[in-house]
Amino acid sequence: MTPDRLDATFAALADPTRRAILARLASGQASVAELAEPFAISQPAVSKHLKVLERAGLISRGRDAQRRPRSLEAMPLAEATEWLDGYRRFWEGNFQRLDEVLEEMKTKQKKHPRTKRERGKR
Amino acid sequence: MNSTGTLQVTTPSEREIAMSRVFDAPRSLVFDAWTKPELLKRWLGIRAGWSMAVCEVDLKVGGAYRFVWRSSDGTEMGMGGVYREIVRPERLVATESFDDPWYPGEAVDTTVMVEENGKTTVTTTVLYESQEIRDAVLESPMERGVAESYDKLAEVLASIA
Repeated sequence: MTPDRLDATFAALADPTRRAILARLASGQASVAELAEPFAISQPAVSKHLKVLERAGLISRGRDAQRRPRSLEAMPLAEATEWLDGYRRFWEGNFQRLDEVLEEMKTKQKKHPRTKRERGKR
Repeated sequence: MNSTGTLQVTTPSEREIAMSRVFDAPRSLVFDAWTKPELLKRWLGIRAGWSMAVCEVDLKVGGAYRFVWRSSDGTEMGMGGVYREIVRPERLVATESFDDPWYPGEAVDTTVMVEENGKTTVTTTVLYESQEIRDAVLESPMERGVAESYDKLAEVLASIA
C-alpha cells in the first residue's frame, strides 16, 4: 500500500460523519438519500463526504443509474489496519522485550544487591 | 494514570509528539536498559529478522549514540544523535536524525522516567524543528496511525465486524 493511499484512507476516517457512513454501509449498500437520512445535514453535504470516501477508495458506486447505491470497499480498510498493526506490534514488541530484560535485571539485582546504586548521583 | 503495558501517544504542544508507557521496574533499571548497549541490543527495534548491528552509546553530555539495524537480507537502517542532558536515572535529552531521513532536520527526544511504587512511567517527547514538520510527521501514516487514527479506525472496524 502506498503512503498516499494510506494518507487518503486516514484523512477520510478522520471525520465522524464519514465514519458513521462507513458503519452504515457495512450493513449493506445504500443510496445518497438513504445515507443522508440519519444525519442532520443536506444531501449535497453527504455527497461531499461520499466523494472523500470514494477518492480514498473506501466506497464504490453501483451501476443502478437511478439510485447510484454506494457500497463499502473493504480492501483499503484492511490494508490500513494491517499497516497499523505492524506499527503497534513494532513498539509493543520493543516494550515487551524491554519488560523481559527488566524482569531479568530485577532478579539479578535481588541476588546481588548493589547498595545505594545510582542514588546521590543526581 | 497509565496501567502497566499500555502505550499512550499524545501531542503536548504544537511541535511535539509524546509516547508514554509504564514498566514494572524501578527507574534505575529502566535507565540502564535505555542507555547500556548490551541491554539496548536486546529490545530496541529487534523485529523479526532484524538485529542491531551497531549499538554505540557515549553517555555524556555532548557524547554521541549510533544505532544501525540490519535485516537478514542485509538491508540496513541507521540513526544517531548527541546527548544534551543526562540526569541519571530520571531524564535523558538527545538529538535524533535518521540516515534516510523521513522528516526534515533534526528532532530532540526528551525521555523522563518517573518512579512510583516500584513502577516506572517512561515518557518520550519528540520535539521537531517546526510545527510544519511535526504536522508532517503526524500526517505520515506511521505517527498519525498511533496518535489519532487508530481509535477511529478501531471504531469503524468494530462496527463493521
